[in-house]
Order: sequence, then C-alpha cells, then structure tokens
Amino acid sequence: MAATFYAQQSANRRNSVILALAVVVLLGILGFAIGYALTGDPVGAVGTTIVALVVGFLMSIGSYFAGDKLVLAASGAKPVDETSAPQLMNVVREMTIAANVPMPKVYLIDDTAPNAFATGRDPKHASVAITTGLLEKLDREELQGVIGHELAHVRNLDIRFTLLVGVMVGSVALLADFFLRFTFWGGGRRSRDRDSGGGGLQAVLFVVAIVLAVVAPIAARLVQLAVSRQREYLADASSVELTRNPAGLERALAKIATDKEVLEVANRATQHLYFTNPIKKFEERSNSMFATHPAIVDRINRLRALTGERPLDAADVAALADVT
Amino acid sequence: MEFLVVIVVLVVLAVFVIGIYNGLVGRRNRVDEALAQIEVQLKRRHDLIPNLVNAVKGYMGFEQKVLTDVTQARANAVSAGAQGVAAQAQAENMLTSTLRSLFAVVENYPDLKANQNVLELQESLTTTENQISFSRQHYNATVLDYNNGIQTIPNLVFAGMFGFTKRDFFDAEPEAANVPNVDLSLS
Repeated sequence: MAATFYAQQSANRRNSVILALAVVVLLGILGFAIGYALTGDPVGAVGTTIVALVVGFLMSIGSYFAGDKLVLAASGAKPVDETSAPQLMNVVREMTIAANVPMPKVYLIDDTAPNAFATGRDPKHASVAITTGLLEKLDREELQGVIGHELAHVRNLDIRFTLLVGVMVGSVALLADFFLRFTFWGGGRRSRDRDSGGGGLQAVLFVVAIVLAVVAPIAARLVQLAVSRQREYLADASSVELTRNPAGLERALAKIATDKEVLEVANRATQHLYFTNPIKKFEERSNSMFATHPAIVDRINRLRALTGERPLDAADVAALADVT
Repeated sequence: MEFLVVIVVLVVLAVFVIGIYNGLVGRRNRVDEALAQIEVQLKRRHDLIPNLVNAVKGYMGFEQKVLTDVTQARANAVSAGAQGVAAQAQAENMLTSTLRSLFAVVENYPDLKANQNVLELQESLTTTENQISFSRQHYNATVLDYNNGIQTIPNLVFAGMFGFTKRDFFDAEPEAANVPNVDLSLS
C-alpha cells in the first residue's frame, strides 16, 4: 500500500512538470498563431509568442507559490485553531498522524453546504478547508473520513497538481477569451487593410488560430477532468486505509449526496478542488465527460467493493444518510 | 600489486559493512522515534483519566466499580511502562476497554452528557485514543521494516555482531486486527 502512494506522488510530480511544460508550449503556439494571424508575418508573431510564454511562465510560478492563498481567499476561508474548533483540530491531528504528514493549516468556510478541499504546494505548505455545514452535519467518524480523504490528497501531492491545473487551465482560457474578442474588434480591421499581400495565408491562419482558441481551453479542461476523477477514487480508498473505518466515509458521502444546499463560494475555477462537486446541476449526478467528480453513488460502491460489501442503489444511499 | 588488490577488497568490504550498519541505525532510530510518539500520547491519556474520574464521580453513585476499574487499569498501564513494549501494549489495551465501558455508562446519565467539562474530557480522551491507535500503526510499520532489516541476508550476518536485536510490535486490540484489506491498486 505504501508503494501505491509513492507511485502516486511521483506520478503527480511528473505530471505537474509535464502539465506546466504542455501549457507553456500550448500558450506559445497560441501566442504565435495569434501574432501571425494578426500581422501576417512570422517575425511579428515573435512578440506575441514571447508575451504568451512569459504569461504562462509567470502563471505557473505564481500558482505554485501563491495559488493556495488565492483559492482560500476566493472561497472566503477563515483560519481556525484549537480554541475555536477543538474537535475539528483534533480530528485533523489524528489523521496527520495516520497519514504521516505535518499538521496543515485548517480553515472554515461559512457556508451551510457540506464540503471540503485541500490545497497547497506540498505537505509542508498545505491547507485544509471545510465548510461550517460539514462540521454541523457530520459526526466525528464521518468527519474523520472526509479529513482522511483531504489529507490523502495532501500526502499524494494531488494538491500541487490540482493547484497548477486550476491556474493553468484558467490562464489558457483567459488568453483564448482575450484573443476571440481581439479578432472581432482589432484583427478584422487589420486584415482588410492588408488584403493586398499574404491575405490567403493570413485567412487560413486566422481559422487555425480561432480553432486553437476554441479547442485549447476544452482540451486543457478535459485533461483536468480525466485526472481529477481517478484521484478522487484513490483519495477515498486512501482515507479508508488511514481511518480503517469505511462506514464513516460512506455515511459522509451519502449525507453530502442527499444534501440539497449549494456551495455559493465555489466556481468553475475551484470546483475540482472540492470533496464533492459543489456545483449541483442535473449533470452532476452523471459520469459525463465534463464531471470533475464521479457520481457519489459510484464512490460509495467502490468503497464497498474494497470491503466486499453489496453495492447500494440511490434509495439505499438516502437511507444511509438518515441513519444518524 | 597483490597488496593493492587486498587493499581495494578491504575498502570495498568496509564501505559495504558501513552502509549496512548505517542503514540499520537509521531504521532503529525510526522505531525509537515512533515509540516516543506513542509514549507522549499514552502519558497524555494517563494524565487525563484522573480528571475524568473526578468529573463523573459525583454523578455515578451506583457504578463505582466502573470507576475503580478505570483507575486500576490506569495504574497498571503506568507501571507497565517500564516492562517493555509487549506488556505495555497489553496494559494499555486493558485501559482502553475499561474507558469504553465508562463512556458507555456515561451515556445513561443525561446530566453528565450535558456537562461541558465532561464533554471536553471525553473529546480529549477520544482524540488521544485515536492518536494512540494511528501512532501504533506507524510504530508497527517501522518495527516491521527494522525487523526485516536485521533478519534478512546479508544484514543478518552483521546485525548480531553489532548488537541489533528484534523489536516487539505494539499489538493492536483483537477487534482492530479485523481490518478490511484495502487494495489501492484500483484504476
């Protein structure tokens, strides 16, 4: 079992580097395509390429060192200590011993929707945030399961990867957005001015650039989603490995699944960080290509498969949530 | 020439033995550190118990036996601290089970359940107990690693020579041994 999380750690280290490089390259290509389409001249495109590369580079450095503070601030998370939330701190301390990671900073988000996330660049600079709703609605064992899940993300270095993913994917989307607007207002006029020379090539590049601008954010987003679901299953399994109590996490998942509240502070840029998908829409319950999290029933049933128990259907989950 | 070969062989051998020795010392230190971590929490539990006993004594007129059991088990656990890990583990397990029955009895007293002081002590003892059990898992993992280290070839040859002896596990309670075998190799 130890080998599994070491493997996950090194996979996350490697993937973080690959992702950073891939996004920088993607941004470079995008920058070049935009510059070439606008000026019709490879030399002219160098400028926009450099700008895009610098933006990508600064984004990755910035997200690595300050992304966690940004995410916490954006979620309205307030730090807590032993006196303000004794039981929460106790549970976190227990699970740090089990996961053999340093004590993270603990935050509360004042929101009645039960949810949680972990962020940071490594276990020494990690933060765990939970909502007040989670603290109120879950009992001690269920809370252990959720904290175990979050600390598994910390230990497996998922937090570093998801931090980078969030900011990188955001930056690609930002640039593509910017470009789509720019071509409408500025680029269109320019291409008319220059239709005497290289117009055909320029038009082709325009199309390429637009396609890139549309495809890049989608591609980047799909990468994010594909990896995110696997790491949720793994974190659930790791949590059970730490707590030795599958029932606690199962009940927590069931309670959260049947909860109708919507987490107001979550948005498209932070949703993949959370314990369960905070944005509840009809597609949330399906395992569509765009879901950042697997359906909760699937997560419960994967846990039950680990312990050789009978899988549950939706009605059983509702019953499980009402048990306490 | 032959002299040189002998020197090289000796140096290689020395480096090899030093490597084994340092590796074993590192593993043994991890075992000691893990044990020290458990000791801290056990000590904390021993300190908390008299407070709990005092807090509930006034309420529990008819169940004095539960309290004397806890006090006795605590005294045994404190004295077992000097008798090695195996004896200590047994005494601590005994204490854990008497504490459980005390908490079960507390459930029958609405006044006690509403008492803030008792609630805080109960939470402190619960977290300490959980910390003990998680530290024990960690300790046992380091012991397994260390014992494997001194019992496998080629380390076996040198372990005895340098005085590395086998360590005891801090045994879990029987029920805790009944843990599902979690396979993380999914997906």
